[in-house]
Amino acid sequence: MGVGIALLLALLLISSVSDRPLEALWKFIASPLSSTRLLGRIVEKAIPLLFTGVAVSIMFSCGQTNLAVEGAFYLSGIACAAVATLPGMTYGIHPLLSILAGGLCGMVICLIPAVMNIRFNTMTVVSSLMINFICLYIGTYLLHYVMKDPSAGFDASYKYLDTARLPKMFGVTDIHYGLLIAIAVVVIGYIALYKSSWGLGIRMTGQNPECCNFSGISVNAAILSSCAAGGFITGVGGAVEQLGMYKRYSYTGLPGYGWDGIMIAVLAQNNPKLVPFAVLFLAYLRVGADVVNQTMEVPVEIINIVQAIIIMFVAADRFLQGWKHRTIVKASGVSEAASKAAQ
Amino acid sequence: MGELFTYLFSAGFLKSIVRMSTPIIFSAMAALLASKADIFCVAFEGMMLFAALGGVLGSALTGSLLVGMLVGIVSSLIIAAIFSYFVLVVKTKPMLVGLALNILGTGGTVYILYMFTGQKATSISLASLQFPQLEIPLIKDIPFVGEIISGQNILTYLAFISVVIVYIMLYKTPLGLKIRTVGENPNAAESLGVDVVKTKVIAMMIGGLFAAFGGMFMSMGYTSFFTKNMVNGRGFTGIAAQNLGLGKPLLTLLCALLFGLADAFGIAMQSYRIPSQIASMSPYVTTLVGLIVIGKLNERRIRKHALQLGAREAEEENGRAGAEGKA
Repeated sequence: MGVGIALLLALLLISSVSDRPLEALWKFIASPLSSTRLLGRIVEKAIPLLFTGVAVSIMFSCGQTNLAVEGAFYLSGIACAAVATLPGMTYGIHPLLSILAGGLCGMVICLIPAVMNIRFNTMTVVSSLMINFICLYIGTYLLHYVMKDPSAGFDASYKYLDTARLPKMFGVTDIHYGLLIAIAVVVIGYIALYKSSWGLGIRMTGQNPECCNFSGISVNAAILSSCAAGGFITGVGGAVEQLGMYKRYSYTGLPGYGWDGIMIAVLAQNNPKLVPFAVLFLAYLRVGADVVNQTMEVPVEIINIVQAIIIMFVAADRFLQGWKHRTIVKASGVSEAASKAAQ
Repeated sequence: MGELFTYLFSAGFLKSIVRMSTPIIFSAMAALLASKADIFCVAFEGMMLFAALGGVLGSALTGSLLVGMLVGIVSSLIIAAIFSYFVLVVKTKPMLVGLALNILGTGGTVYILYMFTGQKATSISLASLQFPQLEIPLIKDIPFVGEIISGQNILTYLAFISVVIVYIMLYKTPLGLKIRTVGENPNAAESLGVDVVKTKVIAMMIGGLFAAFGGMFMSMGYTSFFTKNMVNGRGFTGIAAQNLGLGKPLLTLLCALLFGLADAFGIAMQSYRIPSQIASMSPYVTTLVGLIVIGKLNERRIRKHALQLGAREAEEENGRAGAEGKA
């Protein structure tokens, strides 16, 4: 229901800003499916979202509102760029090492708020947000003073070497082999979170940390490992996005994939299995918004508004269901007590 | 470097600290009210952004500062109302609602700005008004102090006054008592006939009002136009200041001033050829360090508390043993 309301609002907003509302609406809805190039672009846009969606799902499952995904995605791209511009490596190993560098960088960043939470009991939301800003400025500093390619004409790293880049899968579109890594991450994420004892510990920590203390699950270990896993996945995502889509590193602002990850995790109910659906939905909206932005001058920021509304309504929906569940349980408890009293 | 050092001890720098603290004081007071009413709100960032834009648009379209201010306040209150509805009435997770409203703040303000001006980055093309600066008659003639205190923006004075208002309201009025009771023990409050949800909404709305002034200071005091994402985490810094100030108005003010100092220091460094990226980092690093300090302090307090409790229990135990011995 939440998604429906948000979509309706999006359509209203689009038609309000455009001179030709019907045409804009039609373009927003239909154009992403109209050509292979645009269909391909949905998949391209989906790849980084798959990574951050799974990463946020894992951390939210553990009850950690760790927003450092945003900064981790940004800075891990730089870590990856540092390795990807090193000469003298062969085809197989170079991308592997670059992605690993990104993953490790992301892991370290997402671990900082977790460690602060455990050691100093800080609020993860605030600390991770501050870390995002710090990541941004470290990144822009490195890009401007350390890694800048003077011949680029703007703040950008040297070109990634051909040995490091991920090749395209199909000729027509820009879909790259990172897609396979992303799919693997979704599958592994699902199995780890829902079919392993590690995942059980994480989900239990998220729902009831006190219960974990009684049943011998280490809350701290669960928090640390979930943030490490989430950060690593984010970092891999940041690296894959760089090696697959770009020739050189040139982000000078936070790309926003962390916020997208939050919406995806909320939509997918923190379940990696459902992440691809939420991701495709968001990517589809994005491509539609891009098209109306270019052809009809409707600002792309409309997607942020839609995202915010979806998060709120879907979260509210879920709560209502939980509330219904609880009233039923309560009612049954009352009737049980009544029947016992009658006996 | 030497120049930077002398600047740091000048009246100009102290003045800049007071100026940069203004939005943080406002957001910290908003956070303080929310936390007293036991509402976990992270949406101040969004409220401030909307107020910043609302004030600019309102004053530019009508040519009246008062109308601009009202529009700014109303835009912030709308966000506060949405937050209250979802969190207090529908009972959604406050964290998610807060984050969603902040996303709405970043995207929504740009969208609205574009609708009005056709530009996405700034509102420079609009002739919006600014809150005036105030020269205080006698104080301005005092050599060093006058330079710092006088000639600040009117909102800066309001920020300091708001601390007093919050203090009096929370601790000296029936409404404040209600808010604190609702925050500390909603069941007890309800049994006394206090409408818990209504009281929380009121606290949230007053918080939204403060956030509005904080936002408007950014676009109608500190600068004279709206820029995309201009609040830049100050709503969150306010939450950190409130935390570090242990929820006490005056202590919170001091912490907000500390973060304002970090902000002012960052700006000062930029004009003295230190890489702007490093300089811009300083308020955020300060906040992180602040959070760690809060944690350390809390830990010590809890341990002390536990020790005292333990000592009392041991005493009672001894007393009992003694009594039994006598018997």
